[in-house]
Order: sequence, then structure tokens, then C-alpha cells
Amino acid sequence: MTGYLGGMLVILSLNIILAYAVFLPVATGQLNLGGAAFQAVGAYTAGILSAEYDAPVIVSLFAGAAVSGVISFVLALSILRTKGVYLVLATFAFAQFVSGVIINVDLLGGALGMNVPDHIDGPIIAVAAVVILLLVMLLMQARFGLAMRAIHDDDVVAGLMGIEVRITRVAAFTIGGVLAGIAGGLYAFYFNFIEVQSFDSLSSVYLLLFVLLGGTQTVWGPLVGAAFFTVVPELFRYVVAHLPVGHAASTGQLDTSWRFIILGAITVLMMVWRPEGVVTRTGLGRLLHRRVEKQA
Amino acid sequence: MSAVPDIALSLRHVSKSFFGLQVVTDVSFDVLRGQRTALIGPNGAGKTTVFNLVSGAFGVDQGEILLDGTNIAPLSPGKRATMGLARSFQNIRLMPHLSVVENVMVGQHARTRGLMDLLTPLWLPRNRVWREEAEAQLRAFGLETYPNEVTANLPYGIRKKIEVVRALMSHPKVLLLDEPAAGLNTRETAELKDFLLDVAERGVTLLVVEHDMSLVRSLCDHTVVLNFGRKIYDGPTAEVQNDPGVLEAYLGPRHDAA
Repeated sequence: MTGYLGGMLVILSLNIILAYAVFLPVATGQLNLGGAAFQAVGAYTAGILSAEYDAPVIVSLFAGAAVSGVISFVLALSILRTKGVYLVLATFAFAQFVSGVIINVDLLGGALGMNVPDHIDGPIIAVAAVVILLLVMLLMQARFGLAMRAIHDDDVVAGLMGIEVRITRVAAFTIGGVLAGIAGGLYAFYFNFIEVQSFDSLSSVYLLLFVLLGGTQTVWGPLVGAAFFTVVPELFRYVVAHLPVGHAASTGQLDTSWRFIILGAITVLMMVWRPEGVVTRTGLGRLLHRRVEKQA
Repeated sequence: MSAVPDIALSLRHVSKSFFGLQVVTDVSFDVLRGQRTALIGPNGAGKTTVFNLVSGAFGVDQGEILLDGTNIAPLSPGKRATMGLARSFQNIRLMPHLSVVENVMVGQHARTRGLMDLLTPLWLPRNRVWREEAEAQLRAFGLETYPNEVTANLPYGIRKKIEVVRALMSHPKVLLLDEPAAGLNTRETAELKDFLLDVAERGVTLLVVEHDMSLVRSLCDHTVVLNFGRKIYDGPTAEVQNDPGVLEAYLGPRHDAA
């Protein structure tokens, strides 16, 4: 598993981890438009510790996750008082703040980026993604997950039922921050180079899209969303190149940048067709129910 | 007074005003354990405010609310839930994306203790009792047909009952019902009455805010009437319609002289 497919697998794995980082707050009804910034915190923490202080990879990874988690926790305590669009703006503002710090601090390499000499291989990242996926699934199958979904649907009633709404939301946001920090550290050690553009606001938008279009109601939504937005653009690269239309003068092919236009159109159609995401509880229930009937 | 053992819930000189407008004035009454008490009154009498003061949606300005002798007035709604107070909502507030059994399991939350209950998967042997209990409770009230259906897809009358079952899952000492018959037709109201009598027979004390007098008459043995934020009647339901003060509140003063 090397070269193109190996690289795809790594990007897919990182996107899955990041999708769950954003999913956890979203599952409690809190939109997070700063996912890539928490990834950046993890990446730069791990990178600095490894490059400047010769810390072992595993220590640097955990430190990145911890710093991102602590920042998420402090941020969540203050900004989870805001709701809806204001929360989105607050997380977005945080992402801009992180970008500004990275560009202006010499230790972090500024706009030139930073080399991270230590390396980890792709399969480790894939294993990390599977482990994190399983842990999030277990968490969502616990009463904590039930409480998160109850808060998402009706936070007032959830509070009246004895659920600690604020603590649950802060915890979900913080765990999300830890996951994003892990993804950041893994990114830094796989690519051996980090720069501020890798964690820009467009990345955060994509992470939120993974979750919203995949579906926020079940644990499968982010997986489907991340896989779709990682794999489909690459498939289009192949498909568009072989389309028998749009004979561009010299090559007889459509420019492969058309794939982004097709992807955009599909995104809009998905929002119209399935506003609650591709994977919904009702849809999943129907699917499982049909399977039970077949067995009977 | 609070030492008397058969009083489940007691309001003591409760007052509440909003922006200078006195909505509830010095209201005191007791809800006896095992009894079905109605709280009625004309529109604007303050019964919904009293309901919200008891459930904890608002804090009281003055007075005490005693649940089993403990003053719950300073406590948050969630804390009151863990102390044994549960409520239903006038317009059903089930979680729309949760299945029937999951909604009922949310009602158990007030009884969970510690991180192990919170963070271990619900399918582990130690946690399986939660789902089994929820399913058993649904069966006990004849609601076992759609345990895994998302509640948004179910009829109104069924959802109303599921909401009451959810409230029962905290094993409440007192169950507050906010206009349970609102939005139900005559047949559904009759069904709900039988259902609530069934609930009460299992030892749950009911305090019901209700407009529908026929439901109050057939369900509640005791009635408290409010008017302009003050208590004007506190006695058996059977005699409420003969009380001159209540008649005046609902129908206006008599004009014998005219």
C-alpha cells in the first residue's frame, strides 16, 4: 500500500478522525466551524516538541492532543453560552486567531511553515482512525451518547430529566478537540511539513460538511460524509478525464478541475434531497427492519 | 405541617411577580400522597405559573415548595427531577430523533449514578437492565408496539402517553401534568383518563393542571382553584361546582339586585 492509494488511505483516515472531532459537538447541537484550527494546535504542538525538543513521537502526539483538548475545554466553557450562528462565528473567530498566531510567531515557522523530521507510516494512521471510530461508537452507545442526542433534540427537556446539559456539551466539545489534536499530530508526522494553509477555514468548512451532509443523527453519518468527500473527488478525477465530451482543443479531454464543479452540484443536490444528512435514523431503521423481515 | 407523613407536595405562601405584575399571591396548598389533585382556574389565574414554579422553570419570589418535607424552591429543575419530581408538557416534548424506547430511557437519567453508568455501553450486561426496564414499562401500559420507531412518526395520543411513561421512569414521588387533554379528541381524552388512573393506581401522586372539567371530574379527587393569582377553593372535586366563590370566578358576579 504505497504511492497514490496509500496516500489516499492516509487522507481518508485523517478526514474520518476529524469528522468525528466535529461530529461530537454537533451531536449535542453545537456547530463547530473551527475544526481545522484544533487540528493545527495538535500539529504545531507535536511538531515543536518533536523538532525543537527531540521528544519521542508518541509523547508529542499525546501532548498535541492534550493541548488541543485543554484549549477546547477553556473555549467551550466560555463560548458554549452562545447558540446557533453566534457559536459558529465564535468557533470561526477562534480559527482565525490560531492562523494569526501561527503566521506571526517565528518559532512556529510563520508563513514559511515548519519541518517535522520524525515520521510515522500510513498504516499507523489507518489503525488510529479505526480505533477512534470504535471508541466514538462505544461512547455513543453509552448513556452519555443518549444524553448528547437528547440535548441535540431538546436541551430544556433534557435538563428537566436530570441531564447535565452544560457539562455534557463541554465534554463533547473537549473530546472533539482531543480528536482533532490527534489528527493534527498524525498529519505533522506523516507529511513531515506543516504550514498554516493546511489548516485554513476552507478545511474547517469541509469538516463541517462531512458531518452535516453525512448525517448528525447516527454515528455512521460522519464516516459516510468523510468517505464521500475524500473518495468521490478522486473518482471524478478519473471519470472526468475519460468523459467523451468537452473536447478541449489539444487533449480531447475535459479539464479535471471540472470535478469540483460536479462535486459542488452534488453537494447542493444532497442538501435539497436529504437536508438531515445521507444517513438518518429513520432511513437506517428502515434498512435494518427490512433485513430483519428477510431473515424471518 | 411538613412533618405530617402523607403530604407529598406542599406549597407554603408562594408568591411570584413578573416585571411588577403580581401573578401568584400567597398560594398555599397540600398534595396528599396517592391523591389525584387538579389545579384549575379561569384563563390568567396563574395556574401555569404555579406549575412552572413547582417544576422549577421559574424561581419563587417568596415562599417554600416542600417535596417530602424538603424545600425544593432554591433547586434547579434537574435537581428537582433527581429529588423525585417529574412533569409532562402541554405540547408534547419528546425527542423527535430518538426512538420510543430511547425517549423512555432518557427519563431514567435522574436515577443514574456515577461515571460508569454514563460512559459504559448500554448493551453491557451491567447496563442491560435500563432497556429491559424501559421496555417492561412500555408493555405495562400497552405501548410495546413500536419500541424502535422514531417518535416523530407516531400519532399524537400515543406520543402523549409515551411522554407520561418517560416521566414515570425517574420513579417520581409526584408527577406534574400540564394540560394532558390539550389537543386530544373526546375518545383520546377518555383513553388518557383510564391511562392516568392506571398510573395513579401504581402509587404515583398526580398534580394536574387542566381546562377540561369533565376530565378533572372523572380523574381527580381533590381540586384547587386559583383566580387572579390567589387560591379561592381547596377541597373535594365533587363540591367545586357548588362553591359560590368558584362560580363567581368563572361566570362573573351575580346580579340579584338587577
